[in-house]
Amino acid sequence: MSKEELFTQPQVSWLNGEGAEGDIVLSSRIRLARNFRDIPFPNRADLAQLAKVKELVQSVLPDLEKALACPCRCLSLDDLTKLEKNVLIEKHLISSNHIKNPAHRIAVFSEDLKVSLMVNEEDHLRLQCMVPGLDLKTPLTVAFQLDDVVESKLDIAFNEKMGYLTSCPTNLGTGLRASVMLHLPGLVFTQQIGKIINISPQLGLAVRGLFGEGTEFIGNIFQISNQLTLGFTEAELIENLTGAVKEIITHERAARKALMAYPKDKVVDDVWRSFGILRYARSISDQEVLSLLSKVRLGIDLGIIEDVKAQVFNELLVASQTNYLQNLQENENMSQNEIDKKRAELIRAAFAKSIARE
Amino acid sequence: MLCDDCKKNEACVHITQISTAGKLDKNLCEKCAAQYGNLVFDANKGFSVNDFLKGIFSSGQTRPEAEETVAHPEIICPNCGMSYNDFMHSGKIGCSICYETFGKRLEPLLRRIHGSSVHSGKIPHRSGGEIEAKQRILVLRKELEDRVVNEEYEQAAKLRDQIKELEKNLAKDAE
Repeated sequence: MSKEELFTQPQVSWLNGEGAEGDIVLSSRIRLARNFRDIPFPNRADLAQLAKVKELVQSVLPDLEKALACPCRCLSLDDLTKLEKNVLIEKHLISSNHIKNPAHRIAVFSEDLKVSLMVNEEDHLRLQCMVPGLDLKTPLTVAFQLDDVVESKLDIAFNEKMGYLTSCPTNLGTGLRASVMLHLPGLVFTQQIGKIINISPQLGLAVRGLFGEGTEFIGNIFQISNQLTLGFTEAELIENLTGAVKEIITHERAARKALMAYPKDKVVDDVWRSFGILRYARSISDQEVLSLLSKVRLGIDLGIIEDVKAQVFNELLVASQTNYLQNLQENENMSQNEIDKKRAELIRAAFAKSIARE
Repeated sequence: MLCDDCKKNEACVHITQISTAGKLDKNLCEKCAAQYGNLVFDANKGFSVNDFLKGIFSSGQTRPEAEETVAHPEIICPNCGMSYNDFMHSGKIGCSICYETFGKRLEPLLRRIHGSSVHSGKIPHRSGGEIEAKQRILVLRKELEDRVVNEEYEQAAKLRDQIKELEKNLAKDAE
């Protein structure tokens, strides 16, 4: 993937609708937070220290590429336009926190985008590994492998008792945040999602929206992650999360079944109406797209809609985002009206293409 | 702080007015602020986890300790110059040395966040070989206890031997 394509192609390899439980689980992600010894954390470091961190990470890049057996691209956030930076956020490759102050902030992506490193975000180094479907073990193995490479060359801030030292004490210990992105229309429509949101903290888990911390629940998409990082092994943490997610999946499937059994006509009508709007609308907002897409995806999963592939849903999750659309037009100053028109146009084209492919 | 306009009520809104006359900052009460038209709240300034941590940091400093800080000069991290007061403002730690500098005071906070203050996960191999062995011993001991409870004595004996071996190696390294 060329640098150009990174910003203009909506596909993300770990969001391709494949993987275990792919009809409900969009993706699984592992993030490790690491810092270098003695250098103040990014929120406290001066420019020279931030530059030093950047150099340190760049010095181990060849080793990381070797370990991954995959070339990596290193982007300096200073060199990117505002739209390009936002596209990376919309593709879930970096966080909004990372672009707040772009000086000496770099992002490294593996060619297949399954690995992303954020340098000088909240911590010196944040290693992220993503895969489609429900599978936290594979990305954890990759993350450990990369962590070992970094640690073999550089001194990591570590304390026997407190584990890996991080800028925010909520990440201390393992520095691990494992998260699973789920599409849960069944639980939302049967009004059971509230229970899950309420129970999660008791299980040491956090529920967030599509774009992580502090975002709304749109498009019936939820991210569930471990809240605790200290006192448990990484394996225990992902086991706990996987167990909870499997439980949620069981409930989601039961809810979908119930939806089909009880007011079937209403569900079928709702799905086709949503499909109709997406297929023919001339102007549409991002919020509306996500809620309609969710219904269409549910329709595909339930076998109501047969001639559209589920992958359209995953692609449009990125392609219908505002910054992605504007970047495609190379125009930062589009009015809301123009954006909504362009969005509708792109969605019509995506559906037309998907149906023609059949 | 009193409202800059009416000088009567407590100010609760900070506004920045930019006009041809230049930039004007004011602290206003709710009533006076309403006269400046509809207020748009900065959505990015919502609560973050650090706001809650600030609260925990400050409340972790119980009263007797507060008196202590008056008596002793404030501890400042020798590496990054951060003080405990800075934590209470930002909710974030300054550097890896801060964890040593403020270790004792952070411990209750960590227990409150995580329910534990002892790491049991991955360890850096290069710098932490010894810690790794110690941790392995802890894991084995736990397993040993479980085996004994389940009366699986043969397995338990094997574990005991493994632990002994590891401890011997550790002692050797120490020499």
